[in-house]
Amino acid sequence: MPLADLLKEGERIMIICNACRYCEGHCAVFPAMEQRTEFPPRDLAYLANLCHDCGSCYHHCQYAPPHEFAVNVPETFKGIREQTYRQYAWPRALSGLFESNAIATAAVVISTIVLLGFLAVSVAAPGAMYQPHEGPGAFYEIVPHDAMIVLFGVVWMFALVAFAVGFARFWRDSGPGGKISARHLGRATLDILRLRYLDGGAGDGCTYPREAPSQARRVFHHFTYYGFLFCLASTTVAAIYDNFLARKAPYPILSAPVLLGIVGGVGLLVGPIGLSILKFRSDPVPNPRSRLVMDVTFLVLLFLTSATGFLLLVLRSTAAMGPLLALHLGFVLGLFATLPYGKFVHAVYRFAALLRYAVEKPAS
Amino acid sequence: MLSAHPIDVLVAGGGNAGLCAAMVASEAGARVLVLECAPRDFRGGNSRHTRNLRYMHEAPDEILTGAYPEEEFWQDLSRVTKGKTNEPLARLAIRFSAGVGRWMTDRGVRLQPPLEGTLHLGRTNAFFLGGGKALVNAYYRTAEHLGVEVVYQAEVAGLEVKDGAFSSANVVHEGREYRVAAKAFVAASGGFEANIPWLKESWGEVADNFIIRGTPYNQGRVLKALLAAGMKQVGDPKQCHAVAVDGRAPKFDGGIVTRVDAVPFGIVVNQDAVRFYDEGEDFWPKRYAIWGRLIAEQPGQIGHVIIDAKPIGKFMPTVFPPIVRNSIRELAEALKLDPGVLDTTVERFNRSVRPGTFDPGALDSCTTEGLDPPKSHWAVAIDRPPFSAYSLRPGITFTYLGVEVDGDARIFLKSGEPTRNLYAAGEIMAGNILGQGYLAGFGMTIGTVFGRIAGRKAAEHAAR
Repeated sequence: MPLADLLKEGERIMIICNACRYCEGHCAVFPAMEQRTEFPPRDLAYLANLCHDCGSCYHHCQYAPPHEFAVNVPETFKGIREQTYRQYAWPRALSGLFESNAIATAAVVISTIVLLGFLAVSVAAPGAMYQPHEGPGAFYEIVPHDAMIVLFGVVWMFALVAFAVGFARFWRDSGPGGKISARHLGRATLDILRLRYLDGGAGDGCTYPREAPSQARRVFHHFTYYGFLFCLASTTVAAIYDNFLARKAPYPILSAPVLLGIVGGVGLLVGPIGLSILKFRSDPVPNPRSRLVMDVTFLVLLFLTSATGFLLLVLRSTAAMGPLLALHLGFVLGLFATLPYGKFVHAVYRFAALLRYAVEKPAS
Repeated sequence: MLSAHPIDVLVAGGGNAGLCAAMVASEAGARVLVLECAPRDFRGGNSRHTRNLRYMHEAPDEILTGAYPEEEFWQDLSRVTKGKTNEPLARLAIRFSAGVGRWMTDRGVRLQPPLEGTLHLGRTNAFFLGGGKALVNAYYRTAEHLGVEVVYQAEVAGLEVKDGAFSSANVVHEGREYRVAAKAFVAASGGFEANIPWLKESWGEVADNFIIRGTPYNQGRVLKALLAAGMKQVGDPKQCHAVAVDGRAPKFDGGIVTRVDAVPFGIVVNQDAVRFYDEGEDFWPKRYAIWGRLIAEQPGQIGHVIIDAKPIGKFMPTVFPPIVRNSIRELAEALKLDPGVLDTTVERFNRSVRPGTFDPGALDSCTTEGLDPPKSHWAVAIDRPPFSAYSLRPGITFTYLGVEVDGDARIFLKSGEPTRNLYAAGEIMAGNILGQGYLAGFGMTIGTVFGRIAGRKAAEHAAR
């Protein structure tokens, strides 16, 4: 559906929802809606990103299709969210990566794997690529330390700038100024950490993948994002070890970076598998398959990044270490490079929307 | 396909009352079959459009504040029915509603405090999280988990009743007719409000101008079959729950969003452009349910609420936009009313408005003087353009004509003898208690209380 039609549909259903309000207790979207009487594109962008896509408002809607009003908030908001990701992307020239997201992501990740492979082959001593390396600094015999720092540093910084610009653009559009206090930040952060709005409003969980309330979505999402956070923590600790404590990778199993990485890596195996299964089981009316491509692309990428990490961990003292290191680092670099142009950005805009909600929420 | 298993309790109707009966009967050990005439997507009758239930409580509970004792509940009911009620049955409905919130949550319904914009109901009415369809979904899940069999698009076409004893029902399903035998029968199939020809029998041709707010599946077939089988009728065929809805609402199933809450903020004229009732008689939640009937009695069954710029944003947003013009005359033309008459009506109203302090939260001091009919509260001159109008039609929620029952939900025969194994619950017997008028959330109370009674009694009878 073209953007103009999506926005028109969004406005149409919000006017129906605002005259009904039965879903008020399910999540933040409807109380936020009730503070508005008109639904121009910027407000729809805000409401769509506030939506956690839990499905309750669809399964409980007396006006859901096949009713002639055909109110389908989850589907419409998914469409509008995808558009906001493009609209707020930085640099704008790269917003096209959201189009054909699976192919674009695969192309980037293959490029980064090839790049790492090329780097390893051209830098490692002749023949060293396929020999076991052990002890501190072993990884750097395949991919040099400085190259790693520069490559990952640049890509990560780029991603952070893209997030910050996207956040700022969203914030500017989502409402009038609004003073952000520590309480607002704390509230939005807590809402994210608990995935408060995947609880269905009464704690039974959301109506996903089907009509019966279930905690499955929330649990697997927790696996995924806490997995991601643990892996991020692992990388950060390793960087501190390496650059400030002069402790060179690879680290023993019983070290903070490896333990954090194992915990996070398990999360990134279990979570994406669970979420993917739920997606394929989900009701196709609120979750049209065409709108799942970007989600599944990101889940596959997370899974493969984690899987290659485990392979590297298990086989790091064998001759396979060299190629596996290049492969894993290729995935990690590809993941970081595509973060601002795929499903990951939902975290940025969801947080921004929850922050806006905390700011504009009337004291109750 | 209808199953060939022997059935203990056959329930006609898969809305709140039928599902309550089915769950209770099944919990008591009965084999239960529910026949729902709608397809799955539209199951649940009018229950899918509801949002709250009124129940008695002596002390605050998880949801409701304060206390709502039997006597106060009874007084509230007496006021709206003006005495047209069966007191023992009404008191039974009230008493048996005590603690029903807990019973509902145990069966998957989630309750919440009142929604935004629902005035003063926090003490008396529990709201369903997600609305009536969420309740219906929860009850279907629970019923199916208990082993209740549900068949959709299955209509009861006739009943075999002899000497007050039910033996079987003729059921039409997927173009075939089946004979379904059972030891007891529960009629929970709603009113007949979607059956326009039947409405015309008492209302005449004007019924063509009615909008049916709820399910198009309430055709009253079971009610008709029961009456044909010699059951005793209760209630006035013209009595119903009717509110004023936007004239652009769909003929059926428009539900809550088609209501217009602007009436207390303006004046309402008929197609002759004159006023016909006090728009500010009482708080809107206490008066909204009389306006359907008032408009049904006007020529052409249409009313037009007219407001100026001041109240915009003060009442619940409407699903259809108002007609907006810069002068009363232009507005009259857009509404196809006589511009001169409407101008005079508004001018006379404006002249009669006495100074007061406007307060939508109270029965305020803004009133008219020397105007007939008066506007007792919230009377403020309609003088600030632009002017807006909504055209209103009678919106029928449900009809009150039904079958007479006793305290065991057992249906009476015309002779006054109770039947042996026929029970009724919900709208199909609400007319026993609601002779006229309505109390918000009380339809669901009747359905839940009598559904539970009917289910228990039917299961007991089947076990004998």
